Amino acid sequence: MHAFNYHRPSSVNDAAALAAKQAEGKLLAGGQSLVQAMKLRLASPSDLIDLGAIGDLKGIKVDGGSVSIGAMTRHAEVAGSAEVKKAIPALAYLASQIGDRQVRNMGTLGGSLANADPAADYPAAVLGLGATVVTNKRKIAADDFFKGLYETALQPGEIITQVSFPAPKRAAYVKFKNPASRFAIVGVFVADTGKGVRVAVTGAGPSVFRVADMEKALGAKFAPDAVAGIKVKADGLNTDLHASAEYRAHLVTVMAKRAVEAALK
Amino acid sequence: MAVRVSMTVNGKAVSAEVEPRTLLVTFIREHLGLTGTHVGCDTAQCGACTIHMNGKAIKACSMVAMQAQDANVVTIEGVAKPDGTLHPMQAAFKEHHGLQCGFCTPGMVMNAIDFAKSHPNPSEQEVREALEGNLCRCTGYHNIVKAITAGAKAMAG
Ligand SMILES: Cc1cc2nc3c(=O)[nH]c(=O)nc-3n(C[C@H](O)[C@H](O)[C@H](O)COP(=O)(O)OP(=O)(O)OC[C@H]3O[C@@H](n4cnc5c(N)ncnc54)[C@H](O)[C@@H]3O)c2cc1C
Ligand code: FES
Ligand code: FES
Repeated sequence: MHAFNYHRPSSVNDAAALAAKQAEGKLLAGGQSLVQAMKLRLASPSDLIDLGAIGDLKGIKVDGGSVSIGAMTRHAEVAGSAEVKKAIPALAYLASQIGDRQVRNMGTLGGSLANADPAADYPAAVLGLGATVVTNKRKIAADDFFKGLYETALQPGEIITQVSFPAPKRAAYVKFKNPASRFAIVGVFVADTGKGVRVAVTGAGPSVFRVADMEKALGAKFAPDAVAGIKVKADGLNTDLHASAEYRAHLVTVMAKRAVEAALK
Repeated sequence: MAVRVSMTVNGKAVSAEVEPRTLLVTFIREHLGLTGTHVGCDTAQCGACTIHMNGKAIKACSMVAMQAQDANVVTIEGVAKPDGTLHPMQAAFKEHHGLQCGFCTPGMVMNAIDFAKSHPNPSEQEVREALEGNLCRCTGYHNIVKAITAGAKAMAG
């Protein structure tokens, strides 16, 4: 790992000021992705701005029809929260399926979203539920947040402060996981929001995406057989040592069917 | 530029000047000389470096020491009683032969103690799921699962 300067601000404003000054700096959340990337010298920031001492970024609030989760809230806290389990059980379940216990005790919601790993789980919930990503500068709708492989709408130095998830009528997340890392080979989040159905797919493409044909079919009839015949094209999907693009395309339909089944339970 | 890191480790306040890039596991092993915490993979896969930070099991190879600033850290050296009486989870690993070479054992025990706090009477399935972040190259896991099941019950009293 290359040397860097370390900063530990106690407020979002101080963190933003530091980030603005250090063009080659990076924000540090749980470190579960960033520290490993730095060891491999895939990332060599001049400065690390640790968000760990900022109390305002932690915690879960349920308010009317929505669940707001602070960017520094750990995966384990979301998975174990009685409030999240009650308001959006699919979200608590998704968090419980990330990595392993130790990773869930350190990894954060904000870190996962900013990192935008193509196989990460949280992006499926954010896009599937039509959540709003709140930063120190603005509110970003889920449909505008994910831009591509490891790419988001965040500007340099912009800090995610919280994410607001509207509670759906019913929802479920099912993933076909890599048995070693538990990352999604394909994960599908299905949500019946009350104002329509949203289907978000992670792991399959360079970035999380929605499947309009499935959303339309499920809007007409919310049942597993409504999506059973709908295929996505393999063009542009990921091929790696774990699965080919064709196999991933096949899994999208299978996982979508299972997610609808799970949402109906 | 060196930074001052301060935390409590096994009940004792510790503080040192370190380079910011010092990993928590490096701080524990090389600065504090507590070599019970192992490094198996250095890539967040194997769990040999598992310790407790504020009561929660985490991988000490995957964070810098500064992320544990002001935290309460417990390593494998801190779980037995001062008179040497083993922690119930350590005793269960001994009793059920939950180790062979022992390399993975400190991480296994630290993860198991944290897990058992919320699972006083775990099913085999729950124990196996809890071990997703810990690799063992010797035992085939069966005796580790037996040990953790027994250790969790013993901890609950
Ligand atoms: C063994 C292992 C298995 C894993 N398995 C899974 C899995 O199954 N599913 C899954 O989804 N993930 C998995 N992960 C990734 C894990 O969820 C990480 O915690 C997550 O991707 C990054 O979160 P972090 O808090 O550790 O962020 P960090 O690593 O600290 O940061 C990641 C990036 O986000 C930026 N950042 C952090 N916080 C903010 C913020 N508030 N605002 C703006 N930018 C920010 C940082 O600058 C950095 O670029 C796994 C990781 C490991 C090590
Ligand atoms: S050494 Fe930390 S997980 Fe392997
Ligand atoms: S006992 Fe040898 S690695 Fe587990």
